[in-house]
Amino acid sequence: MSASRPTTTATPARPAGPGGGRPGGGPPGMAAMAGPPQKALNFGPSAKRLLGRLTPERAGVALVIVLAVVSVALNAIGPRLLGHGTDLIFEGVIGRQLPADVTKEQAVENLRAGDQDTFADMLAHMDVVPGQGVDFSALRSVLLGVLALYVGASLFMWLQAYLLNTIVQRTVFRLRSDVEDKIHRLPLRYFDANSRGDVLSRVTNDIDNVSQSLQQTMSQLLNSLLTVIGVLAMMVWISPLLALIALVTIPLSMVVTALIAKRSQKQFVAQWAHTGALNGQIEEAYTGHALVKVFGRQREVEQSFGAKNEELYQASFGAQFVSGLIMPAMFFLGNLNYVAVAVVGGLRVASGSLSLGEVQAFVQYTRQFTQPLTQLASMANLLQSGVASAERVFELLDEPEQVPDPATPATLDDQPRGRVEFEHVTFSYDPDQPLIEDLSLVAEPGRTVAIVGPTGAGKTTLVNLIMRFYELQGGHITIDGRDIAELSRDELRSNIGMVLQDTWLFGGTIRENLAYGDPTASEEQIRSAAEATYVDRFVHSLPDGYDTVIDEEGDNISAGEKQLLTIARAFLADPSILILDEATSSVDTRTEVLVQHAMAALRSDRTSFVIAHRLSTIRDADLILVMRDGAIVEQGSHAELLERRGAYFDLYNSQFAAPEVEEA
Amino acid sequence: MLITLLRTYLRPYRRWLTAVVVLQFIGTLASLYLPSLNADIIDNGIARGDTAYIMRTGGWMLAATLLQITCTVGAVYFGAKTAMAFGRDVRAAIFHRVGEFSAREVGRFGAPSLITRNTNDVQQVQMLVLMSCTLLVTAPIMATGGVIMALREDVGLAWLLLICVPALVLGIALIVRRMVPGFRRMQERIDSVNRVMREQITGIRVVRAFVRERWEQSRFAVANTALTETSLYVGRLMALMFPWVMLIFNVSSVAVLWFGAGRVDDGQMQIGSLTAFLTYLIQILMSVMMATFMLVMVPRATVCAERIGEVLDTESSVVPPAEPVTSLPRSISLELRDAEFAYPGAESPVLRDISFTVEPGTTTAVVGSTGSGKTTLVNLVPRLIDATAGQVLAGGVDVRRLDPEVLRERIGLVPQKAYLFSGTVASNLRYGNPDATDDELWEALRIAQAADFVADMSEGLETPIAQGGTNVSGGQRQRLAIARALVRQPGIYLFDDSFSALDLATDARLRAALRPHTTDAAVVIVAQRISTVIDADQIVVLDDGAVVGLGTHDELLETCPTYAEIVESQLTAEEAA
Repeated sequence: MSASRPTTTATPARPAGPGGGRPGGGPPGMAAMAGPPQKALNFGPSAKRLLGRLTPERAGVALVIVLAVVSVALNAIGPRLLGHGTDLIFEGVIGRQLPADVTKEQAVENLRAGDQDTFADMLAHMDVVPGQGVDFSALRSVLLGVLALYVGASLFMWLQAYLLNTIVQRTVFRLRSDVEDKIHRLPLRYFDANSRGDVLSRVTNDIDNVSQSLQQTMSQLLNSLLTVIGVLAMMVWISPLLALIALVTIPLSMVVTALIAKRSQKQFVAQWAHTGALNGQIEEAYTGHALVKVFGRQREVEQSFGAKNEELYQASFGAQFVSGLIMPAMFFLGNLNYVAVAVVGGLRVASGSLSLGEVQAFVQYTRQFTQPLTQLASMANLLQSGVASAERVFELLDEPEQVPDPATPATLDDQPRGRVEFEHVTFSYDPDQPLIEDLSLVAEPGRTVAIVGPTGAGKTTLVNLIMRFYELQGGHITIDGRDIAELSRDELRSNIGMVLQDTWLFGGTIRENLAYGDPTASEEQIRSAAEATYVDRFVHSLPDGYDTVIDEEGDNISAGEKQLLTIARAFLADPSILILDEATSSVDTRTEVLVQHAMAALRSDRTSFVIAHRLSTIRDADLILVMRDGAIVEQGSHAELLERRGAYFDLYNSQFAAPEVEEA
Repeated sequence: MLITLLRTYLRPYRRWLTAVVVLQFIGTLASLYLPSLNADIIDNGIARGDTAYIMRTGGWMLAATLLQITCTVGAVYFGAKTAMAFGRDVRAAIFHRVGEFSAREVGRFGAPSLITRNTNDVQQVQMLVLMSCTLLVTAPIMATGGVIMALREDVGLAWLLLICVPALVLGIALIVRRMVPGFRRMQERIDSVNRVMREQITGIRVVRAFVRERWEQSRFAVANTALTETSLYVGRLMALMFPWVMLIFNVSSVAVLWFGAGRVDDGQMQIGSLTAFLTYLIQILMSVMMATFMLVMVPRATVCAERIGEVLDTESSVVPPAEPVTSLPRSISLELRDAEFAYPGAESPVLRDISFTVEPGTTTAVVGSTGSGKTTLVNLVPRLIDATAGQVLAGGVDVRRLDPEVLRERIGLVPQKAYLFSGTVASNLRYGNPDATDDELWEALRIAQAADFVADMSEGLETPIAQGGTNVSGGQRQRLAIARALVRQPGIYLFDDSFSALDLATDARLRAALRPHTTDAAVVIVAQRISTVIDADQIVVLDDGAVVGLGTHDELLETCPTYAEIVESQLTAEEAA
């Protein structure tokens, strides 16, 4: 899929509460939406580095941990105390059964005499006053205590989550800012050498993914870990024997989760591969819809879609079924625990070595115990994909940056004359493939230099070098005698205007886009630049005039009008040197005329480099450079070059009479 | 719409769905039975010191647990099967429907939107089905069952349910109600941060050329700050959720114990029932909570279902004839007779009163500014769209009476945007003629001026082509698309602005090579460049959907001001003469 695919919307709500945790492997589909399961190449170091990004928030993180410890501790003590309440009630129940006129000891004796040994054992360990019912004042104080505990736990939990949210958001904010800053320090080579889709997906999808996994894992990770520890401590405290039983289920549940997760991981990979294949096919069939029809391939396309669709069905069924088993499996283990505790605990209560309240507390603990374990398991995937994304972002942040500007840069005159000279310039994108070698040329101030030649001849490369988008490998380029490498990039570029075929405008109003050329321009200056470049006329026909927002697709204005805007933008910048790349197509003929007039207006009195496609420009140029394979094969004026009857002559003629070309 | 979609496409899987419901029902009942058995252990076992009873009841609990897991696994199995089969069927239905669409419907939705509907939207609804099968089905069973069991234990405490459940639902609803728009806003802001990033990267040259890095950074900072604010807001709401749920759960337990104590003391209730009631209450609250979270998915799935429904409910505007003409002569002419095309409800037609004839062996060029209807005109011929008035005739037969396959077999189309399919150079060239020999492919490549670069490729004809043809340059893609049409050896050629990506010399050579190859064919060339059309047998000048000029280059220079204007814009007067 293309990189511009909209990122999936965030999951609406994190299921919270006991048992509401995400099952391992992600709830079916959630993993499927988060993208293919990625694996970090260096999980450890990358995860550490990601955590390291929290360093500026050290104090906050410490506070979060303290708050989490407190709230988990309070929550963990709760059931124990509540169990004590149950005991008070139970004692009341038993006490009421006994005759009021005997002491507890006598009652125990009587029971033993009546062959009720088990009951007697239990009674012996209880705090019972025969004949007396539930001690409500004791119960009230216990329950009020528990209530206070729980309110406190929730309060601290909320504070913790609130603070953690702030920390995570600030960290993500900084990460985004760092990436943004980095973009502007990377050499252009980076953007040209890497696929645009890949770079875009690093700075958008990957950062989003990092931010989402940070948000979702940080709080859960901390709470789950602490809860496991706290609950375990309480269980051991109540009954080491029962705790041991519960502990047996931990490795068991881990093994089960791991087994399922491992299988489901494989299934998810398959599901992803098939989803990708099917989506590719859909994209292809829809984008090439007309071709499929006209070339009569509908039946074949539908057949192959059907086959891929069936494969996806099989794969996704496997993935969803297997991953869907984690939750029931954990639930089952929890239930097994419950049964074991109920039975063993029941026997222990009967024998008097445990109280009923303790068993009840224990049941609650086992419930609280399996749930964070499940959550931890489920977070593994999320964490893995988050760290993998972080790694890709870090890779970008680690890319070598462009050569810094000289410490004490030279400057150009306030009104540079604009004499550009190439002196023995050597350059290539790839050291193995020499492109420009020993190229020299001079553009005198105010003159127009037209560059013509087939694609790949190096026309755009000249632009890259003049703008210092790329560094020379030999020779010099000078402006008014100053080597451009001695200038700061800002100084150099603010003296050069550029109009490219690719009419890039940003998503803002027309006024803002024009002011891109000169942020200090007054409204009048903007208007007069717009008038000089034929922008004013069509802007007036738009309902919102200069406040019309250019949307991302730029549907509301035509390609030609966009071209005019880029010309006006350069006009407003008022540079002494111009670089123009003429549009070849998709500009309607009426606007085309305007574009040419506007370009002519822009060129006057400026040194201009024109990558030419039109004869009119070429004819008027002061100097025409015919390029082929990185070298200038001919140069001169239109008339001179025609006379020479060389490469230019051929090119020129090919535009008119279609020659009877022999077939190669 | 969601309901209709679900009803239609789940119908074949009624049995599986029934199995899901039955299994979940039994499973839930089994797990609901556990606390009740536990209560028995306490009341009849512990309180009486009967260890044998404890063991026996423990055995029952184990059995209930085993039954529960068996049922749940079965339910997950059938649930996953149903949901995935549902997804598969809806995807297939959409794909089939779009296959029938004419260019008009595809244009109306837009290819990217159709892709999203066929993939992401289906996935969303499929997710809802899956979640329903696992969680949404169990929630009401669990809640109802929990209530019944709780009442069985003790009716006197039932009023507690009436307070706890609404308190939980109200709290969550209040939070979620703020959170949903918050999430929407957050997504918008993520999009705008990403948009700024994307703009900066695609426009990196312009940004640097105009020395606007710092300005871009501040623009980004604004978007980033806005996003962070919303994320903080949503995060704060989320931070409330868990503590609130915990508070309700815990306070409920305390309340059950306090009010239960009185009833136990009065002898109205047994102590084991109290414990069981506590467990049931928690179970009820849990299922209510899960249901609340799941319901959040519904509005989103509804939107997706509506978008899917729109596609499925759209009929193609091009319908094949009932009794088609199935044969055409070897060489065919192309004629447009007063053809008109208008979008329904549009004020003015895109094309009107278009009449001209292209005889076999002749070339007709179509020129005109963007939006003048050139591509629409081309699309009329292979019936990618149908004329709303007038006729299009191929070989003298109205194209609407022809078998579409017979018609299209005779047409070689090179669309404006050269699009190649993933595969190899050869598989793309054979796209319209699977039986073509390698020699025929090379011949087509030679005419299309593509033989040189294909021969230079390491694997020649077998060189892999990426989806869309992104691994070859625009000009190469265009030439391959032209060769693909040539391999078909059609009777009618339609070149929709196919030469603009070529440089002038290649353009000229290609047209020269094409001529001997098309002696029997009717050729239509849509072009922007005058040099491309200058030697056509006739030139049709379109302006605003109407023919404003028809004739040769020289004739039109005299008679057609629009044409003269176009020529003027591209050539100086002297060169044009």
